Amino acid sequence: MTRALLALIRRDFRLAVRAGGGVGLPLVFFLSVVAVTPFAIGPDMKLLARVGTAILWIGALLSTLIGLDRLFGADAEDGSLDLLFAAPAPLPLVVLAKAAAHWTVTGLPLAAAAPLLGLMLNLPPEALGAVALTLLLGTPALTLLGMIGAALTVGLRRGGLLLPVLVLPMAVPVLIFGVSATNALVAGEGGSAPLMLLLAASLGSLVLAPVAAAAALKGAQS
Amino acid sequence: MIALANPARFNALSGSLLPWLAGLTAILFAVGLYQAFFVSPADYQQGETVRIMFVHVPAAWLAMFGWSLMSIASLGVLVWRHPLADVAAQAAAPIGAAFTLIALVTGSLWGRPMWGTWWEWDARLTSVLILLLMYLGVIALRAALDEPSRAARLVAILTLAGFVNIPIIKFSVDWWNTLHQPASVFRVDGPTIHPDILVPLLVNALAFTCLFVTLHLVGMRTELTRRRVRGLQLRAAEER
Repeated sequence: MTRALLALIRRDFRLAVRAGGGVGLPLVFFLSVVAVTPFAIGPDMKLLARVGTAILWIGALLSTLIGLDRLFGADAEDGSLDLLFAAPAPLPLVVLAKAAAHWTVTGLPLAAAAPLLGLMLNLPPEALGAVALTLLLGTPALTLLGMIGAALTVGLRRGGLLLPVLVLPMAVPVLIFGVSATNALVAGEGGSAPLMLLLAASLGSLVLAPVAAAAALKGAQS
Repeated sequence: MIALANPARFNALSGSLLPWLAGLTAILFAVGLYQAFFVSPADYQQGETVRIMFVHVPAAWLAMFGWSLMSIASLGVLVWRHPLADVAAQAAAPIGAAFTLIALVTGSLWGRPMWGTWWEWDARLTSVLILLLMYLGVIALRAALDEPSRAARLVAILTLAGFVNIPIIKFSVDWWNTLHQPASVFRVDGPTIHPDILVPLLVNALAFTCLFVTLHLVGMRTELTRRRVRGLQLRAAEER
């Protein structure tokens, strides 16, 4: 079973990196969101420093969501989703493996790129590490919650628009805890309550989201 | 519940129940609105605007009641596969969304004279807005799905996933202690509202709940008829 799951992660990872050139796209989108914001707010460096972490979190949230309709979309189109139903592993673990592969090529690069973009937003040095850390802890929850939406909208014509509409309300707590955890870290409070709650959101969705997504995929199939 | 699995029996029962329910709703509204406008006193701080509460608070309760009802119906779809559960969930969604919108709009109308602003990013206001977005998401998902049995299961899963949101609304007042009133009706040490206001509020809440149930039954009957018509049309198309 473990071998099958690892093989699935490897396959999805290779597909993301080699086929279709989708791997860098969320990052480019992230950069675009961050680049567009100062045009709306104005090049006021003090103001940007104050709202910088929020911009980074919103950018990461949106970048996570835009790629998610492909999480099951390609597999549903070429029929490999039906083969995954027959995989020698429980379906929740199968979708968890797919989410893990997806997070490695979206959430992880986003968290890694955040400090660099934070520099452009005039974030103080202590905030750069903080926002990278909270994104590292929080993006798994975003990917996992988004996976529920991806499973619900698989094969729908307007799935690409419906998915963010369904997932954004559910992602609100992650956003709240993520930004306030970053601010708490900058203020020098290490293991603050929002950081713990952010971690709880990630761990909780790690357990619940695969079950919901698997149920949705089964419900969509038959 | 099992006896109601037969749509014909449900139709007969709800048909004989509906006139009574509608009448009860009308009487409760007559009493409740009379009390709200003429019996209950104006608040010494809020003045006459306190009367908005008689619509706002019941609407907010029913916004949460609607989602709870949909969640129970969703369990009915997924666990017991009750044939009427999906009809109940489908009929409840627009009504719940409407009451959520009423709660938001009346809250905004009350906030203008009281807080000096139409919209305040207060915790409870914000979570009700999110609840409205989730209602709209459920309705949009159902609209996007063509096949009824598939739509039933997927909407049920989304509803249950959203059920997590309701405790957040209820307890958000305690989480982020902000501008909004802390809970003042359901408290361990008894209500802090004066009976002159509490009694009309409860009558109005009952009236709104009866209105919800009446509308819900009508919605369910309409949906059952619509599905039956669709089935007959499909059969007629096959025979041709």
